[in-house]
Amino acid sequence: MLGDATKIVRVFLLAGKEYVCLMQLHSEVPEPILRSIFEEFTGEIYQKPPLRSSVRREVRRRRIYRFVLLEVDAKHVLFRVACEAGTYIRKICFDIGEALGCGAHMRELRRTRSGALVEDKGMYTLYDLLNAHTAFKEDGDEEMLRKVVRPMEEALELMPKIYVKDSAVDAICHGADLAIPGVVKLNTDVKSGEPIAIFTLKDEVVALANALLPAEKIMEQEKGVAAKTVRVMMPAGTYPKSWRS
Amino acid sequence: METVLPWEVKREYAIKEEAETNPEYGCSPYARNISNHLRFGLINLDKPPGPSSHEVVAWVRKILGISSAGHGGTLEA
Repeated sequence: MLGDATKIVRVFLLAGKEYVCLMQLHSEVPEPILRSIFEEFTGEIYQKPPLRSSVRREVRRRRIYRFVLLEVDAKHVLFRVACEAGTYIRKICFDIGEALGCGAHMRELRRTRSGALVEDKGMYTLYDLLNAHTAFKEDGDEEMLRKVVRPMEEALELMPKIYVKDSAVDAICHGADLAIPGVVKLNTDVKSGEPIAIFTLKDEVVALANALLPAEKIMEQEKGVAAKTVRVMMPAGTYPKSWRS
Repeated sequence: METVLPWEVKREYAIKEEAETNPEYGCSPYARNISNHLRFGLINLDKPPGPSSHEVVAWVRKILGISSAGHGGTLEA
């Protein structure tokens, strides 16, 4: 994340992830048994963070959305897993080994998705970045740079959104909470207490916030506070200060 | 398997009011000038396995000649 876009980091910390993992079993296990173990590990699981981790070491619940066996070769098992943020894949491999009885450990891991960003679409290397920047500096060609560097709004594609009137924008940029009269349109799955993104009608992000009311109430009510502003993304003054109009 | 993954959810909109936006201020994310495009930009970077994320971010800053950049979580397996 560049410049002011670094403020978006919380979106990645909380976002769902997808990985491809190579697990090594400590003895060969027939495929049907592997598949049934994978099914057992789909849904809600319990995990305690490993010794070397920066979070509090207490048991926590995590959701495994999908667990797919890709390939088995003797003791090597390749799988794809989609899970909630903060899930330790290394621990899952260990726990699978325990459940099977023979033991297992994680050999290799590659993250294929973090929230809205995926590896097979729009992922670039440092070389791509260098080439893009050189093309810009030497030939004034912005095209590649605009492909390699994406607008920060793309990271918010999966978040429920509330769109606001121009007149409501600057107050929010100063930290004000979002009042219902400022709302133009919103996703129907906005839920009370959940993170949302506040957008202008030009599709720019204004701020990250927590909804204080569900979508139905925001639609029904004429007054009240719709969301509590948590992180302002847009510089104040981008939109004019606007008093009650 | 019936689970809908969080990134497969189809979102719908409810419109509360009709409103227009004034073209005189603000800017669509895809119409930003290059300087603002970088200022409000992110890179989906395939990080090489050797160097630390910290080093890689430093390289990105150097390549682009910007003073501020960060990362949103790197996988170090």
